[in-house]
Amino acid sequence: MLVVLALPLAAALICLRAPLAVARAVTACSGAASFALVLVLIPAAAQRDIDYLRVLRVDALSAVFMLATGFLYAAVAVYSIGYLSGDQGGHVPSRRTRRLWAGLNLFAWAMLAAPMTSNLALLWVAIEVTTVISALLVAVEDTDGAAEAAWKYVLLASAGLGLALLATIFAYYAGAHVLGQSYDLGFTQLLAVASRLPHAAVQLTFVLAVLGFGTKMGLVPVHTWLPDAHSEAPTPVSALLSGSLLAISFYAILRFYQVAEAALGPTFPRNVLLVFGVASLLLSMLYLFGQRDVKRLLAYSSVEHMGILAIGVSFGAPAALAGVLLHVLAHAAAKGNAFMGAGVLVRKLGTKQISAIRGGLDLLPWSGPLFLLAVFALGAMPPFGLFRSEFEIVAGGLGSGSYAAAAILIIAVTTAFFGLAGSVTRMLMLPLPRPAAPAADRIPVAAGAGADSSIAAQPDAASGTTTSAPVPARGEPSAWMVVPVVAGALALLWLGVHPPAALDELFARAVTLLGGGAS
Amino acid sequence: MSGVVAATVAAPSALSGGANVIAVGVLLAEFGMFRQALLRDQVRLYAAQSALISVLAVVVAATRHLPDLYALAALSFALKTVIVPVVLRRMLRGIGAIGGDPRWNDIAGSTALSVASAVLIAIAVAAFGFFTVAALGLTSPVLPATALSISVAVVLVSFVLMIVRRDVISQAIGFLSLENGVSLTALVVAAGLPLILEIAFLFDLLVAVVVFGLLIRVHHGRAESMSTAELTSLRG
Repeated sequence: MLVVLALPLAAALICLRAPLAVARAVTACSGAASFALVLVLIPAAAQRDIDYLRVLRVDALSAVFMLATGFLYAAVAVYSIGYLSGDQGGHVPSRRTRRLWAGLNLFAWAMLAAPMTSNLALLWVAIEVTTVISALLVAVEDTDGAAEAAWKYVLLASAGLGLALLATIFAYYAGAHVLGQSYDLGFTQLLAVASRLPHAAVQLTFVLAVLGFGTKMGLVPVHTWLPDAHSEAPTPVSALLSGSLLAISFYAILRFYQVAEAALGPTFPRNVLLVFGVASLLLSMLYLFGQRDVKRLLAYSSVEHMGILAIGVSFGAPAALAGVLLHVLAHAAAKGNAFMGAGVLVRKLGTKQISAIRGGLDLLPWSGPLFLLAVFALGAMPPFGLFRSEFEIVAGGLGSGSYAAAAILIIAVTTAFFGLAGSVTRMLMLPLPRPAAPAADRIPVAAGAGADSSIAAQPDAASGTTTSAPVPARGEPSAWMVVPVVAGALALLWLGVHPPAALDELFARAVTLLGGGAS
Repeated sequence: MSGVVAATVAAPSALSGGANVIAVGVLLAEFGMFRQALLRDQVRLYAAQSALISVLAVVVAATRHLPDLYALAALSFALKTVIVPVVLRRMLRGIGAIGGDPRWNDIAGSTALSVASAVLIAIAVAAFGFFTVAALGLTSPVLPATALSISVAVVLVSFVLMIVRRDVISQAIGFLSLENGVSLTALVVAAGLPLILEIAFLFDLLVAVVVFGLLIRVHHGRAESMSTAELTSLRG
């Protein structure tokens, strides 16, 4: 456990000093190793809660979120090798690239640390750390848009976290009534005495926590920073922001939810989450139509999925809660994939405008179809993980009698799928408006795999020349940008078709932690 | 209100009176930020507000025998009254916003509303916060509940400040004073919060200030101004 914490931090330090090639290798190794370590933790966390040094604590609930972060960290670390050394090769100053590498590691470190903390105060600190690091990462591109997005992000997220800090302090106040003045806000301590906590204080705490952490999670109406930051950040950062940072904020809300549910009974906290969830779902559904920027499109899809998570928790049935946890994992894989796929498209065509991106399937033998698959997965098509998780959420909702909310969920998810799929199929299926590339440039479709491996063998400089050409040639910018997406697609498929037994155990335990059995 | 105050653990009236006066002082400093026209004064006002909170922490430490709070007061004084304002001022001087070009010096015009209407809105919001929290009936063994209501009013007013001001420095100061309001709340309801956690919060604040500073530089470097009025390209 300690290694999981130490590894990305060490990697970040190395990246600050070492040459870029070393930074690359170190980040990829650290990503893969962190993911492997989290995997090792899973069976243990499914059995019992692991306490360490009083400040660290992993239980089934935190393991789920660590798994999502670990997976995405590994995927993004590999993807970044292609992204950062690809087309821009000579143009990007190496100082900025170095900062991005170090930042990625630090960011992943903070996001892995957040679910490992044992008390609400340290959880808040870890999440605030993720904010400041990711704000710098958003600004790293050094464009007007990035500067604007980073400023909006840091201001809104910090203000939101100010409210979350207020929530933390009121939680302490509530606990102090029972536990005395000096205790350190541990989850277990608070939960143990939850039934005796003063109601007014806990209600205030929960509402402030949902509003505060909800700002970082992207719940409507406090989501406004999200599309800006996601669209202006470098692609690997967007993937981490969307797949894991939002989930980590959701994790913080879940911790407060645990306490609130135990103290107040299920009705109040569930209603609060339901209101925010439905608002997020409906508004983002509308924004998905008529988006002009592909990364903003995906960002609004994130808002939609966060809404689904909130609604899923508000149903409260065990099936719905298990669905929510599966949804966290599947969304991390799918959204990571979608951003990485979109990143390849953007890199290939040099624009983020949906109307200018055409012929994705022709140009990209691997990323094109994979991007399409990722979007179908996001739209909860079977056989992917998100289909299973949303099915469980809806089934849980119907089972617990929340017919109206379940109906809204189904309608909104379907509508959102059309919005998302419409734009994406246009980008991928429609031919390029310009005359097609000369026949000599075109590699036969059957040679897709061959093209991929040949590019892997040649240095990145070769692909640099292709983007500047008016009509990009068929082929992937870098094999490094394909491998993690394939892994993500496989993971999605696995989650959808047959989730491993260890995960089921983990979910079952996490659901009991969330009080799913009690309802 | 008097009912709520009376319901608290019988506190020496001098203490509760003094604490309330300090809390009101913090709120007044917050209001002062609305009409401050110069960046330098804005930063000074923030320093004064932070100093008031440190004083309150010392008062609580002395009367309630919480020795941890002395350390906290010293630390928060060093950080929020000395280090953060110095860092901010140096940075502003570095980009010529203090002592340089008067265009960047003067932020009086950055208020989206007139000062009078901004203050009126702030008063309404503060009153809302004040009475809502009082109605919740939260009491504290350390300080009178009035101080709690005032601290929540400070938090709300700092939101108004961030909203109506259209320059990056005021928005950053708005966030910092929001944090001051939260500190005040923490003093009232969570005076016993373990010192190590408080230190973590303060350290975090320092990191946030550095990041705010970096982003202000980035913004200034690109936009050649302190105003956020042009930050409108990303929407929809």
